[in-house]
Amino acid sequence: MDENILEINDLVVEYHTDDAVIHAVNGLNLTVKRKETIGLVGETGAGKTTIARAIMRILQTPPAKFCGGTILFEGQDIMKMTEQQMRKIRGDKIAMIFQDPMTALNPIEKVGYQIAEAIGLHNKVSRAEAEIKACDMLEMVGIRSERYSEFPHQFSGGMKQRVVIAMALACNPILLLADEPTTALDVTIQAQVLEVMKSLKEKLDTSVIMITHDLGVVADICDSVAVVYAGEIVEYGTLEQIFDYPTHPYTLGLFNSLPKLDMTEPRLKPIKGLMPDPTNLPQGCKFHDRCPDATEQCAIDPPGMAEIAPGHLVKCFPKGGE
Amino acid sequence: MAMLEVRNLKKYFKNKAGMLHAVDDISFTLDEHKTLGVVGESGCGKTTLGRTVLHLIDITDGQVFFDGKDVSNPSKKELDDMRLNMQIIFQDPYASLNPRMSVSETIMEPLKIEGRLSKAEMRAEVKQLMDTVGLADRFENSYPHELDGGRRQRIGVARALALKPKFIVCDEPVSALDVSIQAQIINLMLDLQEERGLAYMFVTHDLSVVKYISDDIMVMYLGQMVEKAPSDELFQNPMHPYTQALLSAIPIPSIHNRRERIIMQGELTSPINPKPGCRFMDRCRHAAPECVEAQVLEEPSPSHFVACCRSNKI
Repeated sequence: MDENILEINDLVVEYHTDDAVIHAVNGLNLTVKRKETIGLVGETGAGKTTIARAIMRILQTPPAKFCGGTILFEGQDIMKMTEQQMRKIRGDKIAMIFQDPMTALNPIEKVGYQIAEAIGLHNKVSRAEAEIKACDMLEMVGIRSERYSEFPHQFSGGMKQRVVIAMALACNPILLLADEPTTALDVTIQAQVLEVMKSLKEKLDTSVIMITHDLGVVADICDSVAVVYAGEIVEYGTLEQIFDYPTHPYTLGLFNSLPKLDMTEPRLKPIKGLMPDPTNLPQGCKFHDRCPDATEQCAIDPPGMAEIAPGHLVKCFPKGGE
Repeated sequence: MAMLEVRNLKKYFKNKAGMLHAVDDISFTLDEHKTLGVVGESGCGKTTLGRTVLHLIDITDGQVFFDGKDVSNPSKKELDDMRLNMQIIFQDPYASLNPRMSVSETIMEPLKIEGRLSKAEMRAEVKQLMDTVGLADRFENSYPHELDGGRRQRIGVARALALKPKFIVCDEPVSALDVSIQAQIINLMLDLQEERGLAYMFVTHDLSVVKYISDDIMVMYLGQMVEKAPSDELFQNPMHPYTQALLSAIPIPSIHNRRERIIMQGELTSPINPKPGCRFMDRCRHAAPECVEAQVLEEPSPSHFVACCRSNKI
């Protein structure tokens, strides 16, 4: 259980455009254990999707550029693999669910075939066997297998997302990257999809990286949480550590921004200001100009990762400690 | 007398397959200083309701009264007068602004159409409005593409405020925004309501936001109002099975007191030529034979309306 299947060390990804360099991921470290579901939480532009796409190696280069670091998947560096090796892993051992189910499916292929295609590519099976497996997958996500021959436009959004999940899990991946899989869905359908994901990851022993901005989804499905801000992890811990003892001012800000159902205060407490411009990140701590507790030191030195409790990491100077 | 009164409002769209019942017999009232939250899944007709009330689309049947005046079938002149008092903030701050108009031009446009102020007065007014919604002066000549979602939505708010309306329909104004920015915009809207006595009709699918901002909440399902109650009452004592399922599906950002989820089977059925009975019946876990009869809106406790014949039995 404690075996690491993914280790990301000091990953740096930049996007180079004609007039600027966008610092999307800045020295990211993350490990994923077998069967673990880890939530990657952050706001738009924090670099969450870039991280997932880097693991899949589906970033378009250029404009994207890997500027350092390693991504070890089962001990092998993904960055050093040939494209041929990578194609074998992609969709088989590492699979991805994309945010928008409306655009992730091919509109002119039968949905069943789209699932069978992935199975046929990665396994030595006959067409008929792939079809049977695809039907099983459809049933598993709660879609009757008679709908194998229907096209994506005949499905609703929630159903399409389930097809995408069936497709991603068809080859029993070791690692599943789920990029905002429920963001485009209604809460009721979101609840259905999350239930499907929960039961399937149990059944298939899949590790999941759940990318989301919704702390409610994280609380529902994740074992551990990494809070991402401006391409860095600013806080990392177990679900209990992050939800009961949030420590980084950004994590606290996120929690305070949410309207809670039992809330009585007349106003919300937003984080002031905006995400920093990724072409021109601030010196020192990248959060310092929005941080209510910032000191002079924060504007000069970037804080290191400190372990405040076993396994609970925070990238912030200890309070009152300087 | 209520500022806004809507009686038996209907909006049907003609469709190849038949009549699409987008808004089907909805009545409510709204007072100054108050917020009515409208919630439901995508496709339940909540956006159409907002637009029909504002007369952005024609009414099929029913009446809308504003300040006691029937504005259901306004003449061009009446419509112009009406628009001074009723405005809308749209969902998508990216699509609702003209990309070729600068910030100040966008906010000034309603003032120009109104034609009451001189050019200098209008410029002063725009400055004032930008200040009110927290847009710095330096953005005056910026274009929407240069600004982030939060600032764009502030332009949308400023534009809606320009004519000093009494009533604003807010159609998912924060759902395209990140939580930290969402909180900034919600606070701004609450401040404005307090200062100006605005009435909001707040259309959203985000139930935590609606609980926080609304006095009353209306739950819609396939064009119909299935339940309406004061905000706290609705959350403490939801009576319609659909409301119960909807509330239980809210993802709660806490790991304690997790509630049992009611997972609804299936999805919205088609709003085209609906059958007369309860429209939620096929997904309802309490469905019974009597549900095929038309459902009547009842008021089991003061101000709490529910349209379910079995609500007192479950």
